[in-house]
Amino acid sequence: MLILHCPCCGVTGEETEFHQGGEAHLKREGPGSSDEAFHTYLFAKENPRGVHFERWRHAYGCGKWFIAARDTVTLEVYGTYPAQTHEPPPEIREAITAKRPGWRWRAFA
Amino acid sequence: MSTRLATGGRRLDRSRRVAFTFNGKRMQGHPGDTLASALLANDQMLVGRSFKYHRPRGIVASGAEEPNALVGLGEGARFEPNQRATTTELFDGLSCISQNHWPSLETDIGAVNGWFARFLPAGFYYKMFIHPRPFWKHVYEPFIRRSAGLGKVPNPGDPDRYEHFHFFCDVAVIGGGVAGLQAALAAAEAGARVLLMEQTAHWGGRAPVDGGAVEGQPVVDWIDATLARLQDMPHVTLRNRCMGAGVYDHGYLLGYERVSDHAPGSDAPRHRLWRIRAGQIVTATGAIERPLSFAGNDVPGVMLASAVRDYAVDYGVSAGDRTVVVTNNDDAYRTAITLKTLGLEIPAILDARQQGGGALAEEARGMGIRVENGKGIAKVKGGRRVTGVAICAQAGEGAVLEEIGCDAVAMSGGWSPVVHLWSHCGGKLIWDEALALFRPDPAQPPRGADGAGFVLAAGSANGALSLGAVLADAHAAGQAAAEATGHAPGATPAPQGTEDTEAPIAPVWLMPQGARTALRMKSWLDYQNDVKVSDVQLAAREGYESVEHAKRYTTLGMATDQGKLSNINGLAILSDALGQPIPQTGTTTFRPPYTPISFSAIAGAARGPLFQPVRKTPIHGWHEANGADFEPVGQWHRPYCFPRGEEGRHEAVNREIRQTRESVGLLDASTLGKIIVKGPDAGRFLDMLYTNMMSTLKPGRCRYGLMCNENGFLMDDGVVVRLDEETFLCHTTTGGAEAIHGHMEDWLQCEWWDWKVHTANVTEQYAQLAVAGPNARKLLQKLSNDDLSAEALPFMGWTEARISGIPARVHRISFTGELSFELAVPAGRGLALWEALMVAGEEFGVMPYGTEAMHVMRAEKGFIMIGDETDGTVIPQDLGLDWAISKKKHDYIGKRAQQRAHMADPNRWKLVGLETLDGSVLPDGAYATAPGHNANGQRNTQGRVTSSYHSPTLGRGIAMGLVHRGPDRMGEVLEFPTLDGGILKARIVDPVIYDKDGEKQNV
Amino acid sequence: MSEAVPPLGGARFNGLAMIEDAGLMGMITLRGDLASAAMKAAVKTALGLGIPDQRQALSGEGGSALWMSPDELLLICARDGVAQVIASLEDALAGRHFLALNVSDARAVIRVTGAGARETLAKLCPVDLAPGTFTPGMVRRTRLGQIPAAFWLDGRGAFHLICFRSVADYAFGALCDAAAPGGAVGVHG
Repeated sequence: MLILHCPCCGVTGEETEFHQGGEAHLKREGPGSSDEAFHTYLFAKENPRGVHFERWRHAYGCGKWFIAARDTVTLEVYGTYPAQTHEPPPEIREAITAKRPGWRWRAFA
Repeated sequence: MSTRLATGGRRLDRSRRVAFTFNGKRMQGHPGDTLASALLANDQMLVGRSFKYHRPRGIVASGAEEPNALVGLGEGARFEPNQRATTTELFDGLSCISQNHWPSLETDIGAVNGWFARFLPAGFYYKMFIHPRPFWKHVYEPFIRRSAGLGKVPNPGDPDRYEHFHFFCDVAVIGGGVAGLQAALAAAEAGARVLLMEQTAHWGGRAPVDGGAVEGQPVVDWIDATLARLQDMPHVTLRNRCMGAGVYDHGYLLGYERVSDHAPGSDAPRHRLWRIRAGQIVTATGAIERPLSFAGNDVPGVMLASAVRDYAVDYGVSAGDRTVVVTNNDDAYRTAITLKTLGLEIPAILDARQQGGGALAEEARGMGIRVENGKGIAKVKGGRRVTGVAICAQAGEGAVLEEIGCDAVAMSGGWSPVVHLWSHCGGKLIWDEALALFRPDPAQPPRGADGAGFVLAAGSANGALSLGAVLADAHAAGQAAAEATGHAPGATPAPQGTEDTEAPIAPVWLMPQGARTALRMKSWLDYQNDVKVSDVQLAAREGYESVEHAKRYTTLGMATDQGKLSNINGLAILSDALGQPIPQTGTTTFRPPYTPISFSAIAGAARGPLFQPVRKTPIHGWHEANGADFEPVGQWHRPYCFPRGEEGRHEAVNREIRQTRESVGLLDASTLGKIIVKGPDAGRFLDMLYTNMMSTLKPGRCRYGLMCNENGFLMDDGVVVRLDEETFLCHTTTGGAEAIHGHMEDWLQCEWWDWKVHTANVTEQYAQLAVAGPNARKLLQKLSNDDLSAEALPFMGWTEARISGIPARVHRISFTGELSFELAVPAGRGLALWEALMVAGEEFGVMPYGTEAMHVMRAEKGFIMIGDETDGTVIPQDLGLDWAISKKKHDYIGKRAQQRAHMADPNRWKLVGLETLDGSVLPDGAYATAPGHNANGQRNTQGRVTSSYHSPTLGRGIAMGLVHRGPDRMGEVLEFPTLDGGILKARIVDPVIYDKDGEKQNV
Repeated sequence: MSEAVPPLGGARFNGLAMIEDAGLMGMITLRGDLASAAMKAAVKTALGLGIPDQRQALSGEGGSALWMSPDELLLICARDGVAQVIASLEDALAGRHFLALNVSDARAVIRVTGAGARETLAKLCPVDLAPGTFTPGMVRRTRLGQIPAAFWLDGRGAFHLICFRSVADYAFGALCDAAAPGGAVGVHG
């Protein structure tokens, strides 16, 4: 059972306080998008062995969504940050690079 | 025979006696005994029968590793199967029974399996019971189920109390032996918050039995002094009778505290599950002695050498009068010396090592004990009890050199560190060739949230076997754990303990080394599962080369003891059979819990009324007092109906519907979700959330809305109320409020975070009462001076009014098709309003109606119900709800998905009404068949029933269903096979069966 | 005119800790920009309190203010003062983006006091309740058994647990079970 740090209220709590919400940094495709783009948005999710970015909600706590950068193999959490961003902040990327040089996730590295 | 010695037994209170029964036989022990030591004191060596061959089995060990002495403990509701006698503290009145035999322990018919052992090798069941196929279900499985299994499951509910406890510390130390005490002390001296857990009732582990000195004082005194120091430290928590059950991700640790197993009748909970988060975990879990594999090593009276010593020193019990010691290492000499000192006979020590032992061997010889180097046991004599051993050369094939009479055998095959907790969360092991053991690889620990190791092994769990080495290792582990949690370790050095000079161990995996087949077939590896050396060798020959496969094929290391005694011996045999070194074979996976823990402890308080939260409306108590028949809706309990007198459900529902349709009825609709959405962008936001247009809704008006997910599928529906220019109130389905609120916050926080919208879930702020029926307005006007006429408050409007003096928001919305008002009042006033309506409504015969009446009435109106007409694959268009989908909006959640080709396909199943030709009620969920069969040979289908009821209004069955191109096929008759083999025919009709023009609700 | 019915009806249980219905009180959900001067002034005017720090509670004569999330406070005041506090907030924040709602009936408040209070809560909540860690003035939103709940510790050592009204019986029952005599853990004082 993981421990996660909520960047919104500062609580470091156990996984049962949080709900996982799937892949982070998705770009929404609405009306007017191609079938392929829409399919990718809805269904073509990353399933990496290693560095991953996930949405979590502090459901039993402050109710806020945030993003966790973590490793799906070692379960190491590289960092968490508020959801109001389109890409991982530089300090999170640096923290990952320090541990996993050469990592890539979608367009990010 | 095994017996109580006249003196000794450091754990006993010999001044008092404790009475207990075993298989109904009355016996006595002393406070301080375990059940095992007390049984041995009463010469009860035979304690059970083995799993497969039903061989007589006796006590082998003295601790958690015991494979044989499993008993059914207690009686009636407190009966518990498979309890280890070795870890059960004796208490007055204890009653237990042995297991796995019929009709009795002494005379067991299942023992005939033993005669056929030759024909029941590993994999026998897999090979034998596969053909003919139907035999498995009807013959083999019922038979195997009856004959297999250990203890029986207790039947009545568990009367005891259980609980969880969340605890946080810097350093959790598992194991209260010398290593655990020293590790805890070192960490605590550095200032860390420390939890020290010990699974038994005693501190100090095996050290008091093995002896030795620390800083010049006897180890027993050092234990007492260290314990006292730890007890005085406010940041240290000590817990005995508390087992480290499992180590999990990110420093999560489960502790299993047996609070009152030893003191039944107290008001304490029986077990407490500690849910611990530790910065660092130190596993000071000690080591377990390995048996030796020789023929007849399972005959009662053959025991681990350390256990024989424990029983003698701790409990003043001798396993036998004449004990032969057989070993491959020096430690077993301690047993011989201890027994000899107590005046017991040691006919011989058989040391498998050609070179023999070191100083301890010299000491034994000096006491006059016969020591034979390079020798082993060819075979144990005796059936239900050891009567002697045949000795042979270890290097040979088992030619008997001599037979020695004895009634006990103390064996030692070396020690295996308890690496379970280290390994649970991924810690890796290394094979230590010199010590012939697996120990934790410090370079590959389990890693936590920060990527650093969070488990350290200490003492003999880490492969340090002498007292001095244990203390030094544990001190270092305690300091390292403290440092890793931000506490600088102190300068105090590790205490100095005795260093023994022992001769090296010689690995002995089979005795004698070249044992013939007949001997190997009687050399047990796994006592609990009846796995022999020959079985593992067979598995290897048949290609089960992975240790995990061999385990499952042979059942080695399965069941309640999980191979604590057998794993290393078994994999050594497998390695030998495969001709590869032990590390290449590796171990099976160590999984939590370390020993079985009770289901009740896992459940904790979640039983009976606390099994699951029951959500109650403010009027729940009235419903209960007035005979409501409840049904769960999510976690809510809602009245299904209110039966009167002898009335059944069906009659009650019909009565409630007739009353509502003809006069007026009351529904407690407080469970409906209510979410406030406010802000300058609230209208824009709701336009994205709902399929229809909400921003155009005028204050004072209500609008029914549909909510879809991004896949386009319907997820919720409800009435949206515009309270003012900036504020909307969104009603959701019962049980949907939390999810929909979460859904809203998701889009607001993660997609449109620049939109100015606040939401709040106010579901429980209001009691909501539906007053429905032709007399609804008359009833309300009796209690209100405010104008609730059709002109002042038209259909789909809302207003504020005082009803019975209570400020209410009154909505003109209807789910029944009747003239209907929904009144929202502060929850604390809900009951008062309900009661006022009941009194005022007497002249109209007012009565409450339940969820079933509501369902029937809405179905008569063709209104859909989320979860009935929808199942996560249904889009609004399937339900003919196109009118509620805005054509003007460029976008809403789910719009793009609904534009996909298969969503717009005219061949989708769509909502229709279904009318049975004979007026009966279609089964819910029944399928309409279509010609032909699919690829699986099943009949093709063309529709299914989504809602089906008896309509008292129409006097026949009504139903809704999704049917292939349904709305285009009005009047067609479909066939619905029923479970009893019959066929019901139903005609496709309009889903709105009652008051299609809505004249009744709009008055 | 009828009086409001409290969800727990004054229930009380004395075990390892005293578990008691805290009765009716006024509660207001206030959402908005907590960092803004306007919000600060509004809360000051309405309740005489400042904006509490992250996961903290402030108490004064007029009531208490609890930090619930980065944009949400829970204001506690006398039940008959709710309308006035909301009016005061609406007045002070007029023209700004905020939400002030009366939620007095939506919740139940249970007071947990006595020597066993910390252990009672620790049996149900995954929170470190050691005296040195969870200190007076702290607010924690978490899980109590199977329901969401929040609690805060006042300056006199009383825990105030807040949960939804519908599960008040569950919360009260779970707390009583956890505080049943004989179940003292003996860890937190």
